[in-house]
Amino acid sequence: MKFIDEYRDPEAARRLSGAIQETVTRPWTIMEVCGGQTHTLLKFGIDQLLPPGLRLVHGPGCPVCVTPLQQIDQAIALALRPGVIVCTFGDMLRVPGSTTDLQRVRAAGGQVRMVYSPLDAVRLAQANPAAQVVFFAVGFETTAPATALAVLQAKARRLANFAMLVAHVRVPPAMALILSAPTNRVQGFLAPGHVCTVMGYREYRDLAARFRVPIVVTGFEPLDLLEGVLLTVRQLEQGRHDVQNQYARCVRAEGNQEAQRIVEQVYEPVDRTWRGFGVIPGGGLQLRRDFAEFDAAVRFPPTGDAALEPAACRAAEVMQGLLRPDECQAFGKECKPEHPLGAPMVSSEGACAAYWHYRRYSPPRDPEP
Amino acid sequence: MSPPPFPEPAPACPLPWGDSDCVLLAHGEGARQTRRLVRDLFFRAFGNQALLRAGDSAVLPQPGGRLALTTDSFVVSPLFFPGGDIGALAVHGTVNDLAVVGATPQYLTAGFILEEGLPLATLRAVVGSMADAAAAVGVQIVAGDTKVVPRGAVDGLFINTSGVGILPDGLDLGVHHIQPGDRVLVSGTLGDHGLAVLAARAELELHGDLRSDSAPLADLIAPLLSLGPDLRFLRDPTRGGLAAVMHEIAAATDLGIVIEESVLPVSPAVRGAAAILGLDPMLVANEGKLVAVVAASAVEPALAMLRAHPLGRHAAAIGAVTEQAGEVLVRGALGTLRVLDEPQGAPLPRIC
Repeated sequence: MKFIDEYRDPEAARRLSGAIQETVTRPWTIMEVCGGQTHTLLKFGIDQLLPPGLRLVHGPGCPVCVTPLQQIDQAIALALRPGVIVCTFGDMLRVPGSTTDLQRVRAAGGQVRMVYSPLDAVRLAQANPAAQVVFFAVGFETTAPATALAVLQAKARRLANFAMLVAHVRVPPAMALILSAPTNRVQGFLAPGHVCTVMGYREYRDLAARFRVPIVVTGFEPLDLLEGVLLTVRQLEQGRHDVQNQYARCVRAEGNQEAQRIVEQVYEPVDRTWRGFGVIPGGGLQLRRDFAEFDAAVRFPPTGDAALEPAACRAAEVMQGLLRPDECQAFGKECKPEHPLGAPMVSSEGACAAYWHYRRYSPPRDPEP
Repeated sequence: MSPPPFPEPAPACPLPWGDSDCVLLAHGEGARQTRRLVRDLFFRAFGNQALLRAGDSAVLPQPGGRLALTTDSFVVSPLFFPGGDIGALAVHGTVNDLAVVGATPQYLTAGFILEEGLPLATLRAVVGSMADAAAAVGVQIVAGDTKVVPRGAVDGLFINTSGVGILPDGLDLGVHHIQPGDRVLVSGTLGDHGLAVLAARAELELHGDLRSDSAPLADLIAPLLSLGPDLRFLRDPTRGGLAAVMHEIAAATDLGIVIEESVLPVSPAVRGAAAILGLDPMLVANEGKLVAVVAASAVEPALAMLRAHPLGRHAAAIGAVTEQAGEVLVRGALGTLRVLDEPQGAPLPRIC
């Protein structure tokens, strides 16, 4: 099987784990940015293969988790409007808004459609001229090219009934925020491999130089993560702070330039509130004025009701790497995937969900069959 | 211009006249249209003595042992998918529920809820497939019902079944027999059905051989019954996959299970499709597979019996029962442990 089994080979994993053990001479704290990387770490027990002083801290790379609460409430309000169909990636269905979620809205009769691609939403709009179709554009730079393409298609087809609720977020400003915080303990980063497939990694050179931290662009399979960690600790032990590319089979320094061109054409950076972080300057993308006709926030102005986070939810601390999910008092009690307090417990890239799905047993007993 | 001629006798109420190539509301009204549909389509396909007597109930001979009784409903979309269709699935799913308690399936009922506008050719194909599947297993469909609902109330057609089987004396399979040290076996590759249906429904053009494994299991199971009390428990892992069965066992017994992920049989096509879609084959439905819990000493004979049958070629011992109450764990590719995910909500709706 190509591209899966080779990157899960136990022998190679043992060799990499051994190399990490030999390289490390003191404690280090490394952050893996992307939620998909967090899930691999926990699913494959990579943290159990690392030396005790090497701490992995889980980053905010879960776009569903950082989508501002106001925008989730907005999507919910749109789904409740007669004549509007909200299209969304599957993950968003169960994310809690202030009072409810899209899945419940759908069960109550609201028009919510799950799609695999934003282009499906454009097709839906074409096929249903009597309805207003709104696509909830969530994701990092990884999904922005596809959503940009959807806007370009809608414009080319002169669709008057297609709009996008744009909630895209950008990684480098968030990393800068984490590194600038006085409470920061992160000394090295595993950068998100699929974001970098689109954007390349030139932006990270500035960050590495400014904050003097090694940044290694890393993939998502177990061997990718082990190799990413090895490259990072080598740099740390040698006092270096360079950008390296572990995920060379997918990522080039300049990234996918055609994809970047489309994103640049349709979107511009904007200050955006990240759920759990507050406003991050340049932390989001919004539609350029040329495409304002497709902006759902313009076509359906939000009512401006205050967004309310449940008091017990500590997602903010989790996503900044200050709290491990299983250390939260609500973990597994008031907060479970079937009744989450916040997004990280319900998103497929959420750190809390990863701990819930894979670590809900008494460690580290190893029953022999 | 003269009015169009009416057929003789002229209709006294607004029944559709002439033949239709689609199911109409009239077909469900219990009158002439229904009788014709039942006679020309259902009876012709299912024909057997008990059914053709056409009473309100089938009258059957006295059973020769304890009865096992099951019911099931089938709402799969699309109706036809690689490796099967809703009709064959309805037969297989029902007889398998009987077979896993050790019963020999004998009779089925079939209730149809049809959507107005369903092409009769489609209905004929589904019913024909059901009849073929029933004949292959040696069960008779002895009673049925037909309802028609307005367009949109169901998606094409839904089938409800019940099944009756006979249990041999002394046979008593169940979770209560499971003990620490017992082993978990599966009869073959996991996740085939769910992924095939998902790919067909979403029209995902995935290259690779994704086919439902829909099949009857009674013949695969029969030799295992000779293991006596060493055969503790059988289940077919449908909705929720292997994971659902494992969690069910742990919850019912207050024991634990550890699965060895590296020995799980998974076809390359399913492994690839699941990886792309972010699904775990252990949580995906199967419709022609068996999970068996056996005493450790019975593993080799049980595997030999399974592998001797075409449906059990890839049978494997994949896990063990432990004393860690309620903990269902997986030992992964790298030798580390994690909790086996429990099926949440409906990740793959309407697959069976």
